[in-house]
Amino acid sequence: MSAAEDIANEPGRGFDRGTANTVLHIDDVHKSFSGLHALSDVDLDVREGETHAIIGPNGAGKSTLLNVCVGRLKPDRGAVVFDGEVLTGKHPHEINQLGVARVFQTPEVFPELSVLENVMVPALSKRDGHFRLNPFKNFFGEKALRDEAENVLESVGLQAQLTDMASVMSRGDKRRLELAMGLIQHPRLLLLDEPTAGMARHDTNATIDLLKKIKEGGMTKVIIEHDMHVVFSLADRISVLAGGRIIAQGTPDEIKENPKVKEAYLGEEQV
Amino acid sequence: MDRKTNLKDWTLFLGFAAVVLCLPIILDPIGANYPDLLQKIAIFGIFAIGFNILFGLTGYLSFGHAAFIGVGSYMSLWSFKLLTMNVLPAIAFSVILAGMFAYLIGFVSLRRSGIYFSILTLAFAQMSYSLAYSVLTPITNGETGLQTRAIRTDPATSLLDGDIRIIDQALGIQEASVPTTHFFGMAMSGYTGFYFCAVLLIICFFIAQRLTNSNFGMMLKAIKSNQNRLNYTGIHTRPYLIAAFVISGMYAGLAGSLMAVTDPIAGAERMQWTASGEVVLMTILGGVGTLVGPVLGAGIIKYAEQKVSSWNEGILDSFFSFLPEGLQHFMSGLGALFVGEGWHTTLGLLFMIIVIFLPGGIMEGIRRIAAVFARKSKSNNTSAAAPQPAE
Ligand SMILES: Nc1ncnc2c1ncn2[C@@H]1O[C@H](COP(=O)(O)OP(=O)(O)OP(=O)(O)O)[C@@H](O)[C@H]1O
Ligand SMILES: [Mg+2]
Repeated sequence: MSAAEDIANEPGRGFDRGTANTVLHIDDVHKSFSGLHALSDVDLDVREGETHAIIGPNGAGKSTLLNVCVGRLKPDRGAVVFDGEVLTGKHPHEINQLGVARVFQTPEVFPELSVLENVMVPALSKRDGHFRLNPFKNFFGEKALRDEAENVLESVGLQAQLTDMASVMSRGDKRRLELAMGLIQHPRLLLLDEPTAGMARHDTNATIDLLKKIKEGGMTKVIIEHDMHVVFSLADRISVLAGGRIIAQGTPDEIKENPKVKEAYLGEEQV
Repeated sequence: MDRKTNLKDWTLFLGFAAVVLCLPIILDPIGANYPDLLQKIAIFGIFAIGFNILFGLTGYLSFGHAAFIGVGSYMSLWSFKLLTMNVLPAIAFSVILAGMFAYLIGFVSLRRSGIYFSILTLAFAQMSYSLAYSVLTPITNGETGLQTRAIRTDPATSLLDGDIRIIDQALGIQEASVPTTHFFGMAMSGYTGFYFCAVLLIICFFIAQRLTNSNFGMMLKAIKSNQNRLNYTGIHTRPYLIAAFVISGMYAGLAGSLMAVTDPIAGAERMQWTASGEVVLMTILGGVGTLVGPVLGAGIIKYAEQKVSSWNEGILDSFFSFLPEGLQHFMSGLGALFVGEGWHTTLGLLFMIIVIFLPGGIMEGIRRIAAVFARKSKSNNTSAAAPQPAE
């Protein structure tokens, strides 16, 4: 059975703008960088409420796929549809306003702002929209919003560092801040790019617990991870990307048994 | 936490206001207590505060803000010539027009960032400058500059040479010669002029402080910090940048208007790129992104300009008179390069020293000194308290 058949046999797939429970629909996306095919023929459906893991070796195109989703890159061909709306061609801020938030692989926080402010920025963006001229309003006076920000920071374990500048944080803390910046928006779809990379085991487990808790709230997530422990504890379904192509898709158990995956990815990583 | 920051903000504001209002007393010992200089310090303080809203908060370096000074000055002059010598309408129209002008320039320039943005603003300002000398001479009066005149008696006289002042005329105000600018009867010259500018400076500071601490200000800082990331949190950065650009343009328009208020003449040299560069120097000298820094920078540069450019070789000669004659002449000859006409050399040198040794400007210097003292007093405290529990 070929990889393509694997995918075709997956129930619930289709090239319409998504069946009732499809939130994100990636349709035949291609992207190449001056001859290098980073993504080819990528089709992917993410269902409402699920945690969908994307795994694959380094350079497989995982981050590129997320970049196409959030408008950082324009695909050469194909489209990304979110909840019936075509995202391709939209600006990053428009895509976020539709309810898609992204947690970056390399933490991209605001170094010159405090930890609390780093979370207030996405919180205000969610509440006030893409532009609001409120030159005399200060979030310090808005207790409800601030409480929420502090709660989210507490849930990722940063409650002790509210007033610290983000620039002085450790890499692992920046990652948690990234996560908080995504969570505060209560996005309909959260895209996580290796949220636990570089974290100590203890922090990784805390992050897994946190993400499990969010799942109970019904948030749909796409998570890119190298750490198989994280993947198998969180994912409802897994897509395997290698060389820019999806070579397998299925439940964690199916993926574990898939020989192609073993060959392309798991074997190599010796997990 | 909020109450504490609130208190800090109010202390800063009240301290600033007190210092500005006492400026004549404070500057008296260093020989800077005369209205002309005080007015300049206040006016350029406003200019620099506004400039810092754009440059300090968003990091976008405009090299064309002098254009808005020009817009403000010309607009005010026309208000004096056509409407009334009362400065209120002049200021209002200037600020509004400068804001509209800034919207236009900002709309186009903010399509680019970094060095390209700077070059676009510079090009726009130079364009306005040369237009003021060419196509726009019916409005700017070219090299002669725009001035207030006596009421014209012959309607055939050009408006450049004879004023009409509709409002003043309608009110039946008698004019002996060319009248002076005033704020409901208060003449805008001398110390009254300074205090008028000083009050506006304090208001401008207050607004800038509120802006900086607001959600809007936080977004501007986020743009400087990581504009790319901001897009992915759902913020459209362009309208924020345009708003900051327009606000700082309005500050510059106000400064330009006040130049005309305190001295009712307007010439295009105010729009030259050197004037745009000067406000950059003021902001960096004082401390980019700080509230007080730009005003401090403006004060220092205007004071030094007045002093240094008034010195000449004779003064230097007597200053170095304690040296042997040959050396004395050498030193004063060397010094002459930096005084009088050579003021800009000094300014350039000062700027280089600051950027190389104290890139955060004077405010950073103050912070560093304060930090040293804080550490000292802390270590004193702990060394006094620590030994007992340790034993
Ligand atoms: N902006 C770009 N310009 C040129 N090449 C790029 C660009 N972004 C990614 N690539 C290339 O595309 C390929 C896929 O990169 P991508 O970052 O998507 O991999 P990844 O699966 O996220 O890998 P990793 O696990 O290391 O994060 C790589 O070969 C990479 O070098
Ligand atoms: Mg990656």
